[in-house]
Amino acid sequence: MGLPSLEQMQLQHVAAQLNALHAELIDDDRLEEWPDLFEEKCRYSVISAENHNRSLNLAAVFCDSRGMLVDRIVSLRRANIFPAHAYRHILGPTRVVSSNEQIVSAQTNYVVLMTRNDGQTSIYNSGKYIDAIDFSGDAPRFVSKTAIFDTHLIDTMMVRPI
Amino acid sequence: MATAQQTDNVKQDTSAAGCRVPYRVFTDRQYYEREQENIFKGECWSFVGLEAEVPQAGDFKSTFVGETPVILTRDSDGGVHVVVNRCAHRGALVCREVRGNRASLECVYHQWAYDLKGNLIGVPFRRGLKGQGGMPGDFDMSQHNLRQLRTESVGGLVFASFSETVESCRDFLGPIVVEQIGRIMCKPITVLGDQRQRIHGNWKLYAENTRDPYHASLLHLFHNTFGLYRSTQTGKALMDSSKRHSLLYSIAASNDDAADKQAYGDSRTFDTEFKLQDMSLLKGRQEFDDNITLVILAVYPNLVLQQIQNTLAVRQTVTYGPDEFELVWTHFGYQDDDEEMQAIRLKQANLIGPAGLISMEDGEAVEIVQNAIVGEERATSYIAMGGGRAEDADHLVTEGAIIGFWDNYREMVGFDLEPA
Repeated sequence: MGLPSLEQMQLQHVAAQLNALHAELIDDDRLEEWPDLFEEKCRYSVISAENHNRSLNLAAVFCDSRGMLVDRIVSLRRANIFPAHAYRHILGPTRVVSSNEQIVSAQTNYVVLMTRNDGQTSIYNSGKYIDAIDFSGDAPRFVSKTAIFDTHLIDTMMVRPI
Repeated sequence: MATAQQTDNVKQDTSAAGCRVPYRVFTDRQYYEREQENIFKGECWSFVGLEAEVPQAGDFKSTFVGETPVILTRDSDGGVHVVVNRCAHRGALVCREVRGNRASLECVYHQWAYDLKGNLIGVPFRRGLKGQGGMPGDFDMSQHNLRQLRTESVGGLVFASFSETVESCRDFLGPIVVEQIGRIMCKPITVLGDQRQRIHGNWKLYAENTRDPYHASLLHLFHNTFGLYRSTQTGKALMDSSKRHSLLYSIAASNDDAADKQAYGDSRTFDTEFKLQDMSLLKGRQEFDDNITLVILAVYPNLVLQQIQNTLAVRQTVTYGPDEFELVWTHFGYQDDDEEMQAIRLKQANLIGPAGLISMEDGEAVEIVQNAIVGEERATSYIAMGGGRAEDADHLVTEGAIIGFWDNYREMVGFDLEPA
């Protein structure tokens, strides 16, 4: 493996920055801004490795439009009842898997820590993101983002995006 | 002051109608242990899985009856079996994987091997090695099988029992449950995937929750907001003759905006102004001629079979102590689903499960009770909506099926254990 080209470094930077912003918007409860990180036609899913590894598509969360992402957030704010909690994402390095003139595919490990009202912080979810990012427009956006979680269960509930 | 008029509900008149359940049954380990003996290992049938999860000879799935680890297997003759996942030798787990396929079940510790029915078929060095060691001369392989549970399949749902004396599974379920299983399991199914939800509360709080149509339109606000479920819908709450199982269903065709406005007024639970940006989430197909769009079939002690819109699933309860259980949701569709129908089911899966827009609250509902009753030795709940008796209702403003559950529980476990 030789040294990366400037273009490869740029793509790696784009993918890592977008993932960092994705984590920041969720962790800082700026959820209304979160759907803007996705193309209007997009896929976002949070799926257990248990299902993914069996080639089963059943996901905990599956959205195939930006509108569905907005609906998730509106539901969280207006309809759903859940224990007060905060997330903190810890991201591993982003690796560019492949790219063409428009799309970069990248992979990033993540851990989501959860802090509840009792003050305890626990590891809530850990896994990896598999992303396809369109970098040809005014700002890079996810065409698809899949969070595949190793955690073999969901603790109580899942209301925030991973 | 309002507080001066409030009384501890222990002191209230207990002759009034309604069911009172001592909170200790949710927190005291004595009850938990007696439940394991009298319910999960007692005169009951517990749900262990779907036949579709073990379609081929040699397929197995590790699961639990109550807290006891068991293995569901498919043998080469096509039969399904349930055995305790514990080697007859020194008690090790025989299956350490969640699922897989094997010709026989082999314990890794000393390689004792069992066939898929749980019969012992191999003991290494049984006759010793070079004249040394070996099992005693009177060692009888047939006396050292895995513990084999009675196993019955009803419509592709596999149930198991530790009891040799309990009635047949079909009789235990009763005609209403068998008919409802038949309605949903009407043709070959295909498993879409699992979801595991760990809830820090007592499993019986969830048994109450799934027999409680009263909470649905009040806790789960997504329903109301989008007109998926309203108390003004027509629906029924029925029980089998033993009243241990419960069937709740509703028919969406009866939605009525004017009646809703009258029933809910301006309360927070009703807001028809709220629109989804992407309505494809609710796009579905009518699959059943009866127009029923919601079925919650709560089968004593550990199963819910559900249809919500086009989502079909079983939910199995696994107990991990008085204050912890896991709900294993196994979603399925039919083998003859076309591509669009598969897509509908996967999208509507957003509605249910631990991240379900209309069901995620149930875990929280259990936990806020568990957190509030900690250490409580005397106080009880008060269950009386709909009249306070274990009776069927042709409406959904009732808690009758919860009382039916407790009547059965009282018979099998009792409420009378002395504080530790």
